[in-house]
Amino acid sequence: MRAAFAQTLTELAGQDPRVLLLTGDLGYMALEPFSDAHPNRFFNAGVAEQNMVGMATGLAEAGFVPFVYSIVNFATLRPYEFIRNGPVLHQLPVRIVGMGGGFEYGSAGPSHHGLEDIGVMRLQPGLTVIAPADHQQARTAIAETWDLPGPVYYRLGKDDKTTVPGLEGRFALGRAQAVREGDDLLIIAMGSVAGEAAAAAELLAEQGIASTVLIVASLNPAPVADLAVAVARFPLTLTVEAHYTTGGLGSLVAEVIAETATGTRLVRCGVAAPSDGRSGSQEYFHRRHGLSRDGLVETARRELRQHA
Amino acid sequence: MQETRETIAPSRDWSALSRPRISAVPRLGSPLLDADRLYAQRIRQIVLEQSKRAHVGHIGSALSIADIMAALYGGVLHIPSPEHPDRDRLVLSKGHAALALYAALALEGWINEEQLNTYCADDSLLGVHPEHALRGVDFSTGSLAQGLSLATGAALAARLQGSARRTFAVASDAELNEGSFWEAAMFAAHHHLANLIVIVDVNGQQALGYTAEVMGLSQLPERWRAFGWDVHEVDGHDVAGLAATIAGLDTAAGQPHILLARTTFGKGVSYMENQIKWHYWPMSDAEYAQAVAEVGGRS
Repeated sequence: MRAAFAQTLTELAGQDPRVLLLTGDLGYMALEPFSDAHPNRFFNAGVAEQNMVGMATGLAEAGFVPFVYSIVNFATLRPYEFIRNGPVLHQLPVRIVGMGGGFEYGSAGPSHHGLEDIGVMRLQPGLTVIAPADHQQARTAIAETWDLPGPVYYRLGKDDKTTVPGLEGRFALGRAQAVREGDDLLIIAMGSVAGEAAAAAELLAEQGIASTVLIVASLNPAPVADLAVAVARFPLTLTVEAHYTTGGLGSLVAEVIAETATGTRLVRCGVAAPSDGRSGSQEYFHRRHGLSRDGLVETARRELRQHA
Repeated sequence: MQETRETIAPSRDWSALSRPRISAVPRLGSPLLDADRLYAQRIRQIVLEQSKRAHVGHIGSALSIADIMAALYGGVLHIPSPEHPDRDRLVLSKGHAALALYAALALEGWINEEQLNTYCADDSLLGVHPEHALRGVDFSTGSLAQGLSLATGAALAARLQGSARRTFAVASDAELNEGSFWEAAMFAAHHHLANLIVIVDVNGQQALGYTAEVMGLSQLPERWRAFGWDVHEVDGHDVAGLAATIAGLDTAAGQPHILLARTTFGKGVSYMENQIKWHYWPMSDAEYAQAVAEVGGRS
């Protein structure tokens, strides 16, 4: 998604002089397509994310469409109040780009794990929140939303190779995308860990368990209608996200279930405990938190047994 | 870019506030009848009237910048209309002094007396801190120090657009406690944003005490020079001096500018001057009467 972002934005900037890119001193071997093509519209704001977001607000007021780029936590948590009082309260077209949601920077340690960004960004009314599942969907999502009048948060991943089977780059604001149909179980996934969810559904199918898999990339506006229709069909729903279980996709689906009085039982697969300081790869953390394909299969089978 | 008073005068509508036009006041050689001082006096009168009517505080902070706002709106700022895309921008980074800004907006005729009288009322756009939804307010503020980043972005935007417009930020000295203020200071200096002019209201006070006791700001000019800024130490109550200093700045090239404006918290009302409690307290009837008498003029 990183290369997809840089390439898409470079193309958009070629078509529209309002597009700017500001980085908090990150993006080595990633943002060069933009900085090479549009050197006068590329700014390294230094390691100063609060000021970067504040400046983007000032730039947007004058008619620019500034994208600000950093690793998820430094793009969201550090300048959070600047985002709230700036682009959100002024309703200006600033785009916050958080790279590496979940455990994509696994071995960098907990400071670099993006586990609550969707929760805090989803809290802000008027802030569009988008978390694509793969690079093809990221490209579509950016192309369809970059020119919205209000602010947007994009949670992107580093992976520019793998795709979620059946997604084929589909994206629509306020909609969910089905990538698999089945009658036994509903799996709803967000972000790049959606690949593990889709793989788990494939393994479950081999074991005779048929799943419907929905991808939610538009967190705000939320695909409330799509979710309400989907959860009503199943006794058991699993949400899958590389995020704390509070605030993100699991919470969103819980809200829809509660507000539509749907009888499905919800199991939120995500991160429920704070870091104990151990480090490792993204795959290691997915295994530890039950987010690997095998872990998701185990959870699905256990919960289906309990429910039967 | 130097804007004369005459350029902007037609946009003023003093009649909206049933006040005499500055131009109609004869100059008798008395400093109190000088147009600049009269503008500041009008701001102080409105600050007192509205604070009393709404029974709210932040009076001392607003009085502290009355002369700075008089200099800016009385001639420095080039704002053909609040909607003009190439108008100078003003960010009131010390948002809690919004009443002084509202007073200027009213004196410019951009908000009327009826609106002004909704200050702090239900359903009003005139809260304790300024909101961009109000005509004439470029940016909402209230969370200290965020304004300098907004202003830095606005200044960068003007440069990218090839515009000669300037961006002003009015900040409090307490805002210098915030780390992000210095982030913006570094960016503006590094990128030579000469079209950015910051005026710091150095009244030496913050919410719970004197800045010297809370978080010392010694060697302030040296600090800003070390950060690469063009530094001017000025009297923050000398309206003409402030305007003259700003008129002498090169806003086309060079470094960003900062005016360290020495001010007196609560300036103009003797019992409020340098008294922390007037950061918060509203006035009693007797206090109001004395305050009005001291700033000179009708209530």
